[in-house]
This record gives sequence, C-alpha cells and structure tokens, in this order.
Amino acid sequence: MVPITPIHYLILAAALFALGTIGVLTRRNVVVVLMSIELILNAVNLNLVAFSRLWGLNGQVFAIFVITDAAAEAAVGLGILIAFFRNRETVNVDEVDLLKW
Amino acid sequence: MFFLDHIWLIPLFPAFGAAMMFFFGRKLQKAAVSAVCVGVVVLAFLWACGAVIQYNAWQVAPEHYHQPFQKILYTWLGSDTGHLTYTTHNGTQADFRADAGFLLDPLSAIWLLFVTGVGMLIHIYSIGYMGHEGGYYRFFGYLNLFMFSMLTLVLGNNYAVLFVGWEGVGLCSYLLIGFYFHRKSASDAANKAFIVNRIGDAGFLLGMFTLAWYFGSLRFTDINHLARSGQFQMGDPVLTAAALLLFVGACGKSAQLPLYVWLPDAMEGPTPVSALIHAATMVTAGVYMVARSNAIFVLAPNAMKTVAIVGALTAIFAASIGLVQNDIKRVLAYSTVSQLGYMFLALGVGAFAAGVFHVFTHSFFKALLFLGSGSVIHAMSGEQDMRNMGDLHRRTPITHWTMFIATLAIAGIFPFAGFFSKDEILWQAWSSESGAYRLLWLIGVVTAFMTAFYMFRLMFLTFHGKPRMSHEVEHHIHESPNSMTMPLVVLAVCSVFAGWLGVPHSLGGSNRFEKFLEPVFAKEAAPLFRAEEPSQLAAGKKEEEHTNPAEYALMALSLGLAVAGWGLAWKVYRNADKGYVEPMAAKVPPVYTAMLNKYYVDEAYDYVFTGRRKVGSVRLGAMGLGEASSWFDARIVDGTVNGAGWMTRAFSTLSMWWDKWIIDGLLVNGPAIVARMLSYPVKLIQWGLVQWYALIMVLGLLGFMAAEMGILVWFGWIAVGVLAAIVAYFVVRLIGRRAEKSRGASAAAGAAGAGD
Repeated sequence: MVPITPIHYLILAAALFALGTIGVLTRRNVVVVLMSIELILNAVNLNLVAFSRLWGLNGQVFAIFVITDAAAEAAVGLGILIAFFRNRETVNVDEVDLLKW
Repeated sequence: MFFLDHIWLIPLFPAFGAAMMFFFGRKLQKAAVSAVCVGVVVLAFLWACGAVIQYNAWQVAPEHYHQPFQKILYTWLGSDTGHLTYTTHNGTQADFRADAGFLLDPLSAIWLLFVTGVGMLIHIYSIGYMGHEGGYYRFFGYLNLFMFSMLTLVLGNNYAVLFVGWEGVGLCSYLLIGFYFHRKSASDAANKAFIVNRIGDAGFLLGMFTLAWYFGSLRFTDINHLARSGQFQMGDPVLTAAALLLFVGACGKSAQLPLYVWLPDAMEGPTPVSALIHAATMVTAGVYMVARSNAIFVLAPNAMKTVAIVGALTAIFAASIGLVQNDIKRVLAYSTVSQLGYMFLALGVGAFAAGVFHVFTHSFFKALLFLGSGSVIHAMSGEQDMRNMGDLHRRTPITHWTMFIATLAIAGIFPFAGFFSKDEILWQAWSSESGAYRLLWLIGVVTAFMTAFYMFRLMFLTFHGKPRMSHEVEHHIHESPNSMTMPLVVLAVCSVFAGWLGVPHSLGGSNRFEKFLEPVFAKEAAPLFRAEEPSQLAAGKKEEEHTNPAEYALMALSLGLAVAGWGLAWKVYRNADKGYVEPMAAKVPPVYTAMLNKYYVDEAYDYVFTGRRKVGSVRLGAMGLGEASSWFDARIVDGTVNGAGWMTRAFSTLSMWWDKWIIDGLLVNGPAIVARMLSYPVKLIQWGLVQWYALIMVLGLLGFMAAEMGILVWFGWIAVGVLAAIVAYFVVRLIGRRAEKSRGASAAAGAAGAGD
C-alpha cells in the first residue's frame, strides 16, 4: 500500500475541479451548470482542508467561509434560474442569448 | 455829423419799405405803396447826400486826413472770446471777425450817390410804368429789397458784409427778372441769372477765403494797410490767385466773358428792373469790388493784365453782337456788357479812377436809355422789336430827345458825359506802362466805333424812318405820363453835365473826379494811410501835369470815329422802311447770322456745361454727369451689389456641398462606416452563449497561470488539449443550433417568443 500524501489530495481536488469546469463549460442544462459550480467549490474546499493538516487551522476556517459563500451563491443562482425560467420557459443555456449581436 | 454817424440808416430805409410790402403790401392801395416805397428811397438819397457832404468836411481834419469813415455797429461774425481763431499763412493766430460795419470813403461815396440817385429816379418812373400791372406792391417790395442789398454792398467795411449785399442783389435780380413768373422764358432767365451769378460767387468766396488766410482779417482798412505796407512782393502768387478769384466773382456779377450770358436774357424782366439792376447798379458791383481791392490788384500785375484783356474782349464781343440785334432791349443789354468791358479795361490797365468815372457816367446814360426804351415800349403797347417801330420822334418828343442825348453820351460825343470817361479810359490804355496795352487800346477804339454805330442805329430805327408798325398800335402811340418823363429829363441833364466833373487837364479842367478818388487809389505800393500833407499827395500822383500831345490826337481820333459811326448809321437806317434789309445780312450773310445768334454761345453752353443737348450720343456737362452717375449707379454699383449676392449664393452652394459630402460623408459617417466594417469580425465573439464567455475566462486564467509558472508543464498540455476539445465541441454545437434555429423559425411560426 502507498501512504496517502498531500499529493493525492491535490490530484483528487484537481480532478474534481477539472470535471466541474468541463461541466460548467459544456452542459446544456442550467441546473447542471450550477451543480458543476458547486463541484468546483467543493474541490477547492478539499484542497484547503487537506493543507490545513500541514499548516494550521487557517485552512479549515477558510473552508467554512467558502461553504457559506457557496450556499449564498447557490441561492442567488437558483433565484436567477427561476426568474429566467418564468420568462422563457426553458432551462437550456443556449437560450440565454439576449445580449447577442 | 448827424448823417454820417447814422449812415447805417441809409440801407435800412429801403429795408423798411421792403418789410412793409412783405407784411402789409397786399392790403395797401397803390398810392400807399408808391408813397412808402418811393418815399424811403428819396429819404435814403437825401440822407446819402447829407452823409457825403459831412464826410467831405470830416476828412480834411488832420487827425483823419483822407481816411475813410468807419462806423461799426456790432460784431456780426466772430466773437470776443477768441473762439474763432485760425492760423494764417505765416503761422500767426488771427481772430476771424466780420463786423456789421459801415465805411464811407470817396469810392463808396460815389457809388452811394448814384445808386440812391438813379434808384430814386427809377422808383419814380416805375410808378408810371408799372401802374397798370399786377403785383404792384411785390414789384416795389423787391425793388426796395434790392436797394437795401446794393447799399449794404457799397457801404460795408469788410468783404463779408460786401458779400451779403452781393448775394442780396443776386437774389433780387432773380426775383425781379422772374417777376412775370407765369412766363416760362422769364423764370428760365431768372434761373440762368442766379446760377451764372452763383458760379462767380464761388470764385468770390474762394478769393475771400484766400484773403482772410493771407491777411488775417477781412476788413478793407486792415487789408489795404497790410498790402500797402511793402511786406508783399509784386507778383505774389497768393495775391495773384486771390485777385483772379475775386475777378471771377466780378465776371459773374458784372457780366464779363464767359459769364455774361445771363444779362441779355435778363431783359425778360420789366424795364425799370433792367434800368436799375442791369444797367446802373448791380452790374457795377463787380467794378466796385475790384476797385475796392485795388491794393491787392496792384500787387498782382498778371491779374490786372487778365482783367484788362477780359474787359477789352468782352467789350468788342458784346458790341459786335449788339450791331445786329432787333429787340431794343437786347441791344441795350449787349451795350451794357460792352461798356462794363470798358470799365474793367480801365481797371486792368491801372486807371482805377477812369474806370470809376465811366461807371458814374454810364449809370446815368444807360439808365436813361433803358427808361427811354421802356417809354417807347409803353407807347408801342408792348412792342419791343425795332423792325416794327419807326417815326416816333414826333409822337414821343420827350422820349426822343432824352434818348438822343443819352445816345450822344454813350457814343462819346463831346461835350457829353461819355466822351470824357471813355476818352480817359482809351488814353490810359494807350499810355499805361509806356504803351504795353496798345492792342487793347485798338480794341477799345474799334468798339467805340461799333458803339456809336449800333446806338444810332437804335435811334434811327426806333424814332425815324417810315412807320413800320400795325395800325392799331399806331393809334395808341402817346407820350408817357409825367412820372415817367420826369426822370428821363433829370437823367438827360445828368448825362450832359456829369462828364464835366472829370474834365482832364489836357482840356483845361482840373479832373476833380480823379482828385476826389485819390485817397482810395494809391498808385504805388506806398503807405498812403498815414496823415500826409496835401503837397506830398500831389507829388505821389502821376506826373502828368503837362499834357502829352498824343492825348489830343487820340481824343480827335475817338471823336472822329464816333461821328463816323453816327454818320454810317444815318446813311443806312435813316429811311428804314417796312422790310428793310440789314446791310450785313446782304453782304456777309454768315457773319450776320452768327452775330444775330449771339455766336451760338448759349447753345455751346447747352452742349458743354449744362448737357441739355447731347453731343452725338454722349451728354456732356452737368446733366451728362448726372447721366454718367446714374449709369454708374445702375450698372456698376448695383452690379457689384448683385454680384456680391451671387457670390454669397455660390459660396453657400459650395459650403453645402462641402458640408454634405466631406464633413458629413467623410468625417462623420466615415468613421462610423469604418467602425461598422471593423466590427464585423469582432462581433462574432459575442454569440450570446454564456458558456462561451466562461470558456474565455478559463482560457485567460490558464494563460495567467502559465505566465506565473514560466514553463508549460505536462499538466498544461493536458489542459490545452481538453480545452481545444471543448472549443471544437462548442463550434459543432453552435452550427447545429443555427441550423436548428432556422428550421425552427421557418417551420413553427406559431409558438413565437418563449419555447424551446
């Protein structure tokens, strides 16, 4: 068995981050895009907590901030989604093109 | 000294008469008008006699020996506060002042006497002559106004007051020539007289200004004192100019060449007017003015030569025209012009006293001739053409004999008045400057012959020969009333005896006239105004105490020519019958026609100066100037204005083009077009896809990270590959979306707006 080093945490967090990014950029459903954003944020949390074991509790405190922030942002994002859905009757991100040339 | 101290009343008497006529004339009876107007002139004459007698007594006192008497009433022009100072020619400051001043010296005394005397007689004559005419009070009012102006002219002590009188007589001449203003010829003649006079006045004014500038004063005494003080050289150019300018004024007023044209036309006025104004008084104003300015003329020999030449030429020119005229008054008018020429000839050769003497005698016999012709016209019921007269001497004896005496006088027959004065002039012309003026003497002598001829022609045609008038006129021929014949007789007496005042030394007389005038005319530029002994004065005179035998020869010559003229006229016209032929018309018709038509001078003036008639297609003269000005205004000035308008419109069109195409097109719309064209590729970035924007953000973040890290590690390559795949995926999705959109838009038009 290989011992679990911080490298493993980094790689996991990076992978989750990448997946989240690809989801934000690629998926057509707005709800899925919001979920991908949460995935990104959680990957960052994982990173922070992993490094707090090495260098003090600052990381965990910051992780708590990020969770709070993520919750607020999810609320706002869902509010925007609902307002948009009420206007356009769609959750397709391709339809959000009012600022097109 | 009563009359002398109140000399200013003399012009005011006739002024009062004129004012009375102006305010009350219309309501007065004819008798009242006569009483007032003639009375004031009689009063003026008596007062003038008193003043001259007192002056004669006054001027022998040693403190003002031979000085002129001056009486200054008030300062008319100018101020005592020095506001009217001006700079004279040598830089000194002079105060412009012209007083309401009166001056009496021998020269003005002579004029005063004959102006009031002859004026009085003519006023009396006019009672009879104008008795049946309308406008009686107006006539006498104007005559009185004329007397006032003439007396102001003669009695003034400076050029400004003289000019007031000068203008006044010009005005009265206009009013009186145009007395019958209903006749166009009369009003035209009045206009002509005033306008030609005015031309002369312009010269007079310029001369007056020159004198004011040169001497610093306009007073006669000041100017004469300065001129005779020896400060100025003989032939001084400014003085020559001033003298010539003054002479231009005299030409206008006294009808010399070329400004004589008004006088023959002035015969349109009533005959007393012609007698008073155009024979005895107004036309002598020019002579008076030149005589008064003798101190200046003596210093300007070129000007005097000009005066003499103009005078002589005028004399012969006018006499030649008078030879063939048929209107009795025209003959007398040209005779006046000719005799005035004699007077200026005398003044020009330096014989001032002789010229004044001729003025004196001429006033009597010319006034008599005119009044006599008026009597003839009155007898002939208005006929003035001599061709229709004849054989009047038995019917109008007084008129005939008085006119005969006047004709003898004007022809220069001894011992009548004209002989002495004319002879004096001719002798001075011969002998002055040791014979430099002999040619002018010759002209004068020829003119004397012509004068005798045409005057006796007038006598014979009018009073002798066969009667050539119509029968109705012949019935009405009658001698004039006493009011008209009495002045004729008085003037005839004067014409006989007036010459005896100036009998020259050669004939045993003492030439009292010249001696009387001595204080006025200093022969040399020597100061004569200091009190001098009489013996010194006599020495200053010309040393002609012993007579030259040539004088007798010349006297005989001129007398002989006068008698020859009489004889020739007697031969030709004695038995003039109906349809008589002028000898000149028979022998030299072109010369005769030229003379009859006054050498076409008036027509020439029409062409050249007034522009009443065109020369070809061009109009010269004043009206030509008007035409040229109006052409200039219509074509050039208005053309410029129109052109400016056209230019403005052209410029505005240009501006519009510039604004529309260059400013708006190139500079305003141009950048917009360029911006739009440039935006075509750029706006492709904005697809409206949110995820595309997020992709760009991620790319940027990656680029930032790569820059921080410096080198691209394997991690970076994987990231680049993944992102390239995502971009490719997006492009495919976008194209698909576009195609789907267009299919959806064309197929399903119902669910517009919302809907997927």
